Amino acid sequence: MKALARFKPKFWDHRDVAAGPYKHLFNFRRIWKMAVILTAGVTLLPVVVLAVIDYNVTRRSEEREIHLRTFRLVSNTRRTISFFLEERKSALGFIARDNEFETLNDPARLGVILDNLKQAFGGGFVDLGIIDPLGYQRTYVGPYDLQGKDYSDQGWYKEVVERGVYVSDVFMGFRHMPHLVVAVRCSSGGLSYVIRATLDMQRFNDLLSQLEMSGLGDAFIINRDGILQTPSRLRGKILEKIALPIPRYSHATEVFEQQNPENSSLIIGYAYIEGTPFILMIVEKKADLMKSWYRTRMTLVGFASASMIIILFVILGVATRLVNNMHEADQKRVMTLHQVEYSNKMATVGRLAAGVAHEINNPLAIINEKVGLIKDLFSMREKCAKDDKLIALADSVIASVERCATIARRLLRFSRSEEINIRPVDLKETIFDVLGFLDKEAEYRSIKVSVEVPESLSKIESDSGRLHQIFLNIINNAFAAVEEGGHIDISVSQEGEFVRITFTDDGCGIPEEDLDRVFEPFFSTKAGRGGTGLGLSITSGLVQELGGKIGVQSKVGMGTSFVVLLPFQTNKKEVEDGNASAPGR
Amino acid sequence: MRVLLVDDEEELVTTLAERLSLRGIDVDWTTDGEGALRLARRNLYDVAVLDVKIPRISGLKLKSELAKICPAMKFIFVTGHGSEDDFRAGTAEAGAGYYLVKPVGIDVLIQKMHEVLRGKEEE
Repeated sequence: MKALARFKPKFWDHRDVAAGPYKHLFNFRRIWKMAVILTAGVTLLPVVVLAVIDYNVTRRSEEREIHLRTFRLVSNTRRTISFFLEERKSALGFIARDNEFETLNDPARLGVILDNLKQAFGGGFVDLGIIDPLGYQRTYVGPYDLQGKDYSDQGWYKEVVERGVYVSDVFMGFRHMPHLVVAVRCSSGGLSYVIRATLDMQRFNDLLSQLEMSGLGDAFIINRDGILQTPSRLRGKILEKIALPIPRYSHATEVFEQQNPENSSLIIGYAYIEGTPFILMIVEKKADLMKSWYRTRMTLVGFASASMIIILFVILGVATRLVNNMHEADQKRVMTLHQVEYSNKMATVGRLAAGVAHEINNPLAIINEKVGLIKDLFSMREKCAKDDKLIALADSVIASVERCATIARRLLRFSRSEEINIRPVDLKETIFDVLGFLDKEAEYRSIKVSVEVPESLSKIESDSGRLHQIFLNIINNAFAAVEEGGHIDISVSQEGEFVRITFTDDGCGIPEEDLDRVFEPFFSTKAGRGGTGLGLSITSGLVQELGGKIGVQSKVGMGTSFVVLLPFQTNKKEVEDGNASAPGR
Repeated sequence: MRVLLVDDEEELVTTLAERLSLRGIDVDWTTDGEGALRLARRNLYDVAVLDVKIPRISGLKLKSELAKICPAMKFIFVTGHGSEDDFRAGTAEAGAGYYLVKPVGIDVLIQKMHEVLRGKEEE
C-alpha cells in the first residue's frame, strides 16, 4: 500500500473547490480513468480480438491438417493391405489358370507350387489345398493332416462357392502364430473347385508396424466384431477385443475425433477393407499430434499477453503524466488568477487606506496645531503656565494625535503599489508595524508575542508593502493556531546573504500529510470556518516575488514553525524579470 | 528669518503661522499658489513651507516658480499623503530630510528650517 502511495500522482487526491456546471472539467481522477479506459479499450480490444481470431484459425487449420494426415495414412495403408491380399488372391487365381485341376491334384506338383509361392512372395504361404466341387479337400500340402477333410458344411466354403473369394478372420495356427486363410473359387473345363491357402500374418504385421506415426500412434486391424487381427501397441493383444467402439460402416476412409474418459481426445482413422472382414484403424492421441500447435499457441498467447501488458503500462504512464501536467497547469492557472485577484484587492485596499490616511492627516494636523497653539498660549500666560493640569491635557491631546498619525502611517506603509518598490527596509520596524495591527487581539487573548532581532542587523533591500503582507499573513495564521495564553516567537537572524525570519507558535500544528500542501491555493483546514485557503499560497507567491524562500515545519499538538528566507539585496531587475516570466502577468 | 507658509487648509496655516510668530519668526501665509507668487514678488523669504498638494498647482511646480522669483529661497515640503510615489518625488526634489508628513511637530519644523538655512549660509 505504501509502495503504491509512492506512485500516486498529485492529482489523485485533488479536491477541487470548483462547483457548478463545469465541475466535471476539474475532476482529474475521472479524466484519468476515462483516458485509461478509452485508450486501453481501443488499443487492447483489437489486440485481443486478433489474438483470439488468430488462435482459432491456427487451431482449426492445425486440426484440419492432422485429420488430413491421418486420412492419407489410413487411405494409403488400406490400399497397401488390399493390394497385399489381392496379390495373394491373384496368385491363387493364376495357379488355377496355369494348371489343370488334375495337375493340381498331384501332391508333388502342389508341393512345388507352394515352394515357388513361398520363394516368390518371401514366405507367408503356409499351406495349400485343393477342394473339389463336393467340398472335400482333395489334395493338401502343408504342416497339417487335412487331406480328405470335408468342408462342404462350413460357412466359409459356402461363401467362397457363392462369392468366388474368401478371406478368413485371423486365427492362431501353426506354431501358435497368427494366420489367415484365403480361398479362391476356380473353374476348369466346367469343373468348379476351390484353392485354399493359409497365410502367415508376419508380413502383414510388419507392414503395419512400419507405418510412420508420431510417437504414440497405433495402427491395427480388427474384424467386424472388434477382435484384434494384428497386435496393437496400446489396445490389446491379438485376438482380444478392443475397448474402442467399432466404427460404423463406410465404403470410404473416415477420420473422427473421440473424447476419451480420461479427457484426452483421440483421432481415429479407419477404413473397411472391401472383400475382407477387416477394418484398418489408426488411433493417435490428439495431444501428441497437437504438440507443435501447443508451442505455437504458447508463443501466440505469450506475445499477446506481453504486448497487452506493455500497452497497458504505456497507457497508464502517458495518461498519468498528461493528467498530472493538466492538473499542474490548472493549479498554476488557479494560483495566478487568485494572485491577480488578490493583487487587485490589495491595490484597492491600498488606495482606500492611502485616501483615508491622507484625509485623516490633514484634520489631525489642524488638531495638532490648534492644541499646540493652546499650549503655546497657556505656557506664555503666567497664570496658566503654572496649571500643570492644563498643560498635561494639551500634551495628552498631542499624544493622541501622534497615535492617530502612527496608525495612518502604518496604513500607508501597508498599502502597496502594483509594482515592486525596492527600498531599504528595517525588518524590526516592519515586524512591529504588523504586530501593531494585532496588539489588541493579543491582549484580549493573552497571547504572548516575543520578537528577537539582533541589534546589529542592517536594513534589507526589499519591498516594504509586500513584507508587511507576508508577515501579517503568517502572524495571522499563528494567531489562529494558538489557544488563549499561547506563545508566538519571532526571531530574525543573518544567514550569509540571506536573513532568516522564523515564526514559531505553540498552536495546534499541521498534520504531516498536509505539510506539503499548505502552500497550494485553496488548501485549507479551516474550510467552512471562514478560511479561503488563499493566505499561505499568496504568502508563498509574495516571498518568491522578493527572491526569497518559505518553508514550514510542524508537529500536531506541538506547534508550527514558518521560516522565511529573504535576500539582503533584492535585485530589482531579476524580480521584474521573474514577474514578467510568471504566467498571467 | 522670514518664512512663507502655503497650505490649502486655512485653519492649519493660520494656526501654524500664529505659533511660529509666537516663537519670533516672521511669517506670511497663503492658501493658494497665486497668493504665494504675489507674496514672493513683494517680499523676500528665506524659507518656504509648501504643502505638496495645493489647488490648481502642485507644490513642486510652485517651488520652481518661486525659485525663479527668488533663487535664494529654500524649501520644506509637508504632505498629508504619504504615498510611495509622492514620497519618492518629494525627497528627490527637496532632499531626504525636508519632506515631512503631517502632522508635523512645531519643534521639528523649526529645526528643519534652521537646518535648511544653515545649508544656505554654507553656500
